[in-house]
Amino acid sequence: MSLVAAKGRRTHVASADVAATLSVRDVTVAYSNGVVALRDASFDLGPGTICGLVGVNGSGKSTLFKAIMGFVDPRHGEVRIASLPAAEALKRGYVVYVPQSEEVDWNFPVLVEDVVMMGRYGHMNFLRIPSVEDKRKVDEALERLDMSGYRHCQIGELSGGQKKRVFLARALAQEGRIILLDEPFTGVDVKTEVAIVDLLRQLRENGHLMLVSTHNLGSVPDFCDHVVLLNRVVLAAGPTARTFTQKNLERAFGGVLRHFRLEGGELHADEDRRRVTVLSDDERPVVFYGDERGDEEPLRRKNHEDES
Amino acid sequence: MSELLVPFAYEYMLKAMFVSALVGAVCAFLSAYLMLKGWSLMGDALGHAVVPGVVAAYLMKVPYAAGAFFAGLLAAIGMAVVKQHTRLREDAIIGLVFTSFFAAGLLMASINPTAVNIQTIALGNILGISDEDVWQVVIIAGVSMIILILKWRDLMVVFFNESHARTVGLNPWALKILFFTLLAACTVAALQTVGACLVIAMVVTPGATAYLLTDRFGRLLVLSVAIGVTTGFVGAYISYFVDGATGGVIVTLQTLLFLAAFFLAPKHGRLAARRRAAAPSEPAL
Repeated sequence: MSLVAAKGRRTHVASADVAATLSVRDVTVAYSNGVVALRDASFDLGPGTICGLVGVNGSGKSTLFKAIMGFVDPRHGEVRIASLPAAEALKRGYVVYVPQSEEVDWNFPVLVEDVVMMGRYGHMNFLRIPSVEDKRKVDEALERLDMSGYRHCQIGELSGGQKKRVFLARALAQEGRIILLDEPFTGVDVKTEVAIVDLLRQLRENGHLMLVSTHNLGSVPDFCDHVVLLNRVVLAAGPTARTFTQKNLERAFGGVLRHFRLEGGELHADEDRRRVTVLSDDERPVVFYGDERGDEEPLRRKNHEDES
Repeated sequence: MSELLVPFAYEYMLKAMFVSALVGAVCAFLSAYLMLKGWSLMGDALGHAVVPGVVAAYLMKVPYAAGAFFAGLLAAIGMAVVKQHTRLREDAIIGLVFTSFFAAGLLMASINPTAVNIQTIALGNILGISDEDVWQVVIIAGVSMIILILKWRDLMVVFFNESHARTVGLNPWALKILFFTLLAACTVAALQTVGACLVIAMVVTPGATAYLLTDRFGRLLVLSVAIGVTTGFVGAYISYFVDGATGGVIVTLQTLLFLAAFFLAPKHGRLAARRRAAAPSEPAL
């Protein structure tokens, strides 16, 4: 049995040696109603990266993910993953995608461990009979997301954050080198958010490449080393310190962001000329200290890394 | 005692029991998928839609299965086309297409009254099934069963989460076409046993019953198929004694099992729910 499984195994899935790179070149996506959701988007990312994808609703974040995953065909432009055409890389199982909300029937009769096992299908033979290794990877993934205690629960019995962690465990078990996360922090509890960020950091250590869309502007400087700012076009892309600036954010969000500036007279009577700018997209705000130089680095929260 | 063994002495009864069990098994297998997708009425639609194909096949003296299968496929394509080009809801489209096909079948049969007995199509006639038809049913059901056993996990992933199926290298389109081809083929097979009217029960009830009994898809399939086989076999057997329509007996048995599950299922049954309500300290899971 194990011999058969080993024979049928797709050997090229052993993606651990593949350099996780993502190259998006001049990608334009238009929907059938004529709306151009994304125009000439270009950026490059390398291994060991967590890249934040930031933009208003409708700025093309989800469209970009779908274009990378081949769910929509770009009108022109090209996506290359690990130096291969996207379709080829997808077929080899290099890419994992965790959508914003899973379009699944939560009443479907599958247990948590069954869902995580689905991540292993690309590694299995024709009959999809799990091997010892598949089971071990599932156990590991559940353990890492702290979901082992729920493995025999039907998925509909879980809370929102737990559901998210199940699908992250599945993504982990899938072992793709490139991981796309669409709004992973929306509607999840603090515990899950911490778990996600910790996981992303561990994966970065192991050379994975992650592209994470989020509205949670305040946490972007905490864990993203790169940022892509999007509004139908790529407004800016690069290392967080250079790219995630007040000026760029104001360009990306136009009038949509809540914008508070607190300074001198409003706060105190002394001569302190410093001021605070708070930008918020209804979630955790991003805070800038100082004048409108526009190239200031945003404030970081106390790091989880520092705590542990 | 020996009276109970009488049905086994007749070849036509043996044929009826085994064919019903086989058809029950494969329909039950498909039912597990259909009811989860909210596509249960597709079985009914196809059951009715194949009628003109059966009539045409009799008229042209080709195997009825070929005609039925062709009509079923045409109906499925018709539904897909209408859905793509209108904003009509699925139930309206299903109702529209299958009644059109059924009406066409009735019309054809009434114009050529001697060609085929519409009642046979509507109610099935497993007790009078010809050897040739037995072979058709056995081959269709047997091949379908083998494909399903080989591919059930892939189909489960596609039905549960299509975008994920794509990321692990499955082809959802091909698998869905495979599934609907099997469904059309098995609907044709089921026509012989229970008739067009009751096909829907065969492709809904076993899966729905099993759904109340388990939270795991693999077990759901096993339970569903067990229900299909048992009710098919026992239904045909009982129909010898009550002298009733085999399809009616089979489906009645399935309904009884569903009711039993509805009240007695260990986790999702009514009694279990009441027990939980009475003992609120117990965790709901």
